[in-house]
Amino acid sequence: MIIDKVKKVNEKEEKRIKNEKAADMMIGKWVKCDKCKEIIYKEELHQNLSVCPNCGKHFRLSARRRIKQIVDEGTFQEIGKEITTNDPLHFEGYLKKIEGLKEKTKIEEAVQCGICEIEGERAVLAVMDGNFLMGSMGYAVGERITLSIETAIQNKLPLVIFCVSGGARMQEGIISLMQMAKTSAAIAKLKEAGLFYLSILTDPTTGGVTASFASLGDIILAEPKALIGFAGPRVIEQTIKQKLPEGFQSAEFLLEHGFIDKIVERKDMKATIAKLIRLHQ
Amino acid sequence: MGNITAWERVELARQLERPKALDYIEHIFDEFIELHGDRNFADDKAIIGGIATLEGIPVTVIGEQKGKNAKENIERNFGMPNPEGYRKALRLMKQAEKFHRPIITFIDTPGAYPGMGAEERGQGEAIAKNIMEMSQLKVPIICIVIGEGSSGGALAIAVGDKITMLENAIYSILSPEGFASILYKDASKAKEAAQNMKITAQDLKKLGVIDDIIKEPKGGAQEDFEKVIKDLKQYILKNIKQLQKCTKEKLLQQRYEKFRKI
Repeated sequence: MIIDKVKKVNEKEEKRIKNEKAADMMIGKWVKCDKCKEIIYKEELHQNLSVCPNCGKHFRLSARRRIKQIVDEGTFQEIGKEITTNDPLHFEGYLKKIEGLKEKTKIEEAVQCGICEIEGERAVLAVMDGNFLMGSMGYAVGERITLSIETAIQNKLPLVIFCVSGGARMQEGIISLMQMAKTSAAIAKLKEAGLFYLSILTDPTTGGVTASFASLGDIILAEPKALIGFAGPRVIEQTIKQKLPEGFQSAEFLLEHGFIDKIVERKDMKATIAKLIRLHQ
Repeated sequence: MGNITAWERVELARQLERPKALDYIEHIFDEFIELHGDRNFADDKAIIGGIATLEGIPVTVIGEQKGKNAKENIERNFGMPNPEGYRKALRLMKQAEKFHRPIITFIDTPGAYPGMGAEERGQGEAIAKNIMEMSQLKVPIICIVIGEGSSGGALAIAVGDKITMLENAIYSILSPEGFASILYKDASKAKEAAQNMKITAQDLKKLGVIDDIIKEPKGGAQEDFEKVIKDLKQYILKNIKQLQKCTKEKLLQQRYEKFRKI
């Protein structure tokens, strides 16, 4: 009887907390981890580098947060900011969409690049942002990445690229496809110059980015559980007419098949990058 | 062939009876010897390659091979290469560089194959590596889109000094059907997509993506194949001779600039 009563009180309390959390979620203080379904206080999540404290799921990061996590404070000098989206196909509604995204995301394009220091080591860093049209690569992204590579060559600096991308940007058609050739040719020059290129694949890295600079690192790292592939899972399932096994195209799957060097948790990422740069001096 | 729509060109580019890579290779070159395998995993029948001569000049030829009927298409995987196909192409291109042979590639694919095995064996890596390596090969490379040039699967053998299209060929980021289903959420709007995507030889020349267009007879290349072969052979020969005059440094510099400016 007493137990029943306690249970009831607990239920009541739980309900109250739930309601409170729901109310807080309404004002955006909480997020739900889509992996373990745990409700997490946003502030706590951010302090934990946007990794779920309960299950370790690595949430997707904006370029701004990523740069803050990786770069020594106050050392990031942006390059290529003047390179903005053009509309080579005159595709209806495209530029308007870009304007809306700029306003919403407060960034100009799907990659931010700069010269910076990481634990005191100078490097060129390019960080893609999945909030901007799924990190897709059109002219501006390809041009900024190429500029970053050329800046690394000119200044004899190592290059670090954080990839996140749905692939080539459809709205720019063939021009997007050609960015794969442009960036890869620039990477070839970087290699010829004997400079170190570290590619880091985050969730998701697919399509034309996987099939160009993302796969060309001297060393390729990935975040845990990141989806990495050329064709998207849906396209493969439609082609083979069956469901893909759990974990297909995950970072762990790529490691097992020999396509990446190491999976690195976010908390260890900065130190790992710095160490690898030092080992290539 | 003046007033034909982008979609009509898509249909011409995909015609079963349209000449395929092997038809061009056998009729343009002499002494073709097909070479097989990527030395790692398998021989991909969606990509063919080998050595041949052109007016006595030894060359390496590579092509994406579609079939002309259902049986051939199944054997050729509808011209959709797996990673081993791209790795075979790269092996043959590296070999060409070693023996100073110009490279001619024939592009005709609906795209790289999106299968489980392809992903397990690194389709993305295979394409990326080809693109990067082709940008640095120290021999002339001429790339000809003869039918359908779709996505990274086409680009993986299309980085060169001259990018040329047959008049009714198409070259695009993905199929008009795929484009329509992503951007218009309706695959049946493929005709509209084809128009807006700018995928015809004429559009791509205007955009500065390709260098030249080889004319086709009315109804497509098969209607007067001899004439197309003759023009193409002349075109390849003229450009090889011109490109062979360049120093290796200049050749690579020009190739870099070609993609750098897009």
